[in-house]
Amino acid sequence: MYAYTKQDQRIVEERAAQYKDQTHRYLNGDLSDDEFLVLRLQNGLYLQRHAPMLRIAVPPGMLSTKQLRKIAEISRDYDKGYAHISTRQNIQLNWPALEEVPDILQELATVGMHGIQTSGSCIRSTTSDEYAGVAKDEDIDPRPYCEIIRQWSTLHPEFSMLPRKFKISVTGSPKDRAATQTNDIGIQVLSNAEGEIGFQVRAGGGLGRTPILGPVIKDFLPEKHLLTYLDAILRVYNRYGRRDNKYKARIKILVKAMTPATFAEKVEAEWLRNKDSATTLTNEELARIKAFYTPPHYEKLEASQVSFLEQCETNAEFHQWVLTNVSPHKAPGYSIANINLKACATAPGDISAENMELVADLADCYSFGELRTTHRQNLVLADVKQTQLFELWVELYKASLATANLGLITDITCCPGGDFCSLANAKSLPIAEEIQRAYKRIDTANDIGELELNISGCMNACGHHHVGHIGILGVDKKGSEFYQVSLGGCSTDTTSLGKILGPSFTADEVTGVVEKCVNVYLENRQDKERFIDTYRRIGINPFKERAYEKAN
Amino acid sequence: MKKLIKNREIIEDTWSTVEDIDSPSELPKGNIIVSLAIWQQYAETLKNREDPLGILLASDEEPEVIKNDLDQFAVIAIHFPKFADGRGYTSARELRTYFNYQGEIRAVGDVLRDQLFQMERCGFNSFAVREDRSIEDALNAFNDFSLAYQADTKNPQPLFRR
Repeated sequence: MYAYTKQDQRIVEERAAQYKDQTHRYLNGDLSDDEFLVLRLQNGLYLQRHAPMLRIAVPPGMLSTKQLRKIAEISRDYDKGYAHISTRQNIQLNWPALEEVPDILQELATVGMHGIQTSGSCIRSTTSDEYAGVAKDEDIDPRPYCEIIRQWSTLHPEFSMLPRKFKISVTGSPKDRAATQTNDIGIQVLSNAEGEIGFQVRAGGGLGRTPILGPVIKDFLPEKHLLTYLDAILRVYNRYGRRDNKYKARIKILVKAMTPATFAEKVEAEWLRNKDSATTLTNEELARIKAFYTPPHYEKLEASQVSFLEQCETNAEFHQWVLTNVSPHKAPGYSIANINLKACATAPGDISAENMELVADLADCYSFGELRTTHRQNLVLADVKQTQLFELWVELYKASLATANLGLITDITCCPGGDFCSLANAKSLPIAEEIQRAYKRIDTANDIGELELNISGCMNACGHHHVGHIGILGVDKKGSEFYQVSLGGCSTDTTSLGKILGPSFTADEVTGVVEKCVNVYLENRQDKERFIDTYRRIGINPFKERAYEKAN
Repeated sequence: MKKLIKNREIIEDTWSTVEDIDSPSELPKGNIIVSLAIWQQYAETLKNREDPLGILLASDEEPEVIKNDLDQFAVIAIHFPKFADGRGYTSARELRTYFNYQGEIRAVGDVLRDQLFQMERCGFNSFAVREDRSIEDALNAFNDFSLAYQADTKNPQPLFRR
């Protein structure tokens, strides 16, 4: 992963010092609430229902064990001893004191971490594929481009006061694990017929109030032009994005209003003015950044290790975990191990300080001292030898971190909801827990197979409910909490947005409705169809009829 | 007289701003900054004036419309209706980078200390700090950072080329 130079380090330290001064001036009364709001948000600090929430950037979902241990330490010293993995691969602390945030940032800076641009109307921290660099299906490692974008977007002079937040995601695989179609800019790294690297660029995707899949505005942008082209998109958005209504201020509204074709022309014209300027990437810089992502020293191993296969045969629980939580690795004899933070009765994505330290130790022992966070709120050890999977699993099992449900109905993506967030219309965590209880038996969840269930506590869609095979959205009806259920969303392979099933349900009804929908799938599925495949084949009506049928 | 930061120093502001007139005879003597509307209506009269002239661009008025007249203006003032409205950053950058404007670019309106560092990088060299705030304190903003990643109007090379 990328290692900070002295210059990177200096920028992070200077930002921490600047924020310390801003907090000081706010507490002295020299900055108004409204002024400080913009400044603190651009540094990841929200004021929530009970306490502030600090969002720490993890670009692009890559963490060193040193960094994770520091988060564990901070969560103990300044918070309640746990942290939360967000749906944009960042890490959130839910209970820091506003006055102590400058100290936390100073601590974070010692391990090259910060809260820069993790919220606010600016370019947010870039997300990517959690299997980047190791996935068997990957064409090109997207991470060097994420790092190039991180540097370009950090404290960008021109784009620090945008109409609204701005999210960029980059993938290098045909299977999109980075939700590139639902970001403000989605980038697919690819190579053309001549073997040159470039990017397919989408703009104007997003979830929230107006979910839209981002249209392609550039089929092939040559590698070296990445930043001048991004500059052009941002300049058009900064100039013409709506600023009169925050619900219509995202770039997706601009692209839709202009039409994607006109928007693309406008960007092209702007780009031609700045193309080949000094911001054009040099071969040296591309090589410098890529060098941080060269593969670690893998041993030369056989693809299928005999001892590993034996362990699978003799231990059913381990075998189950391997089937759900272990993904194929491009290096023979290695595997990608997913650590699911979705054990029943714990908030999805939450991890205690003790477990952070344990996972850091395991990553040092089994995965080259690095780990990743995922947009489905889990952790990944990306480079584990097959022969060591069993040892790893035993350690995880002892700490209740071996929940074998990756991609299953209980691997719920869920925002913190009304229990924490002041924007939420409804609670989301109790709903997640009830559904997890209903499908607690691994055989049942396993039989249902791949099913993305996403829950958001409000229209801001932090739980990405639009792209859940089953999506649940908290809504407010005359002061009461209700839940709208949608079906058919998908964020990987063929991306699609869910359709609303019908009138919303009470909290008591939601789990029952989910069960009815799952039963319709089980009764109708053919061969190896996943929930989403059956839904696409038979449509929404059978689900709707069952969900709303009157009890006899 | 009002104070202003120009080229990182506090000076007296010798300019007055005129946004609305019924006839060009109402234009005062001395250094004046006129709105784009006045310029567009009375350009010929204004070109013959002896005293220096400046122009005020609202946040949604693009420099493109005055690109052929830039040598007429000693000052281009760009208005920030709210400090969080970032359109002015793009306007200043366009003036410096695309139109090679060398005169004074002044930030007016909701201009606060915490934005000055980035404004300067976009090409602003004078700042009419909001009057209820300490202009002396605002001077500290230019020391917030000692380096930056991107190319800007002060450092035309991005960090990776330096």
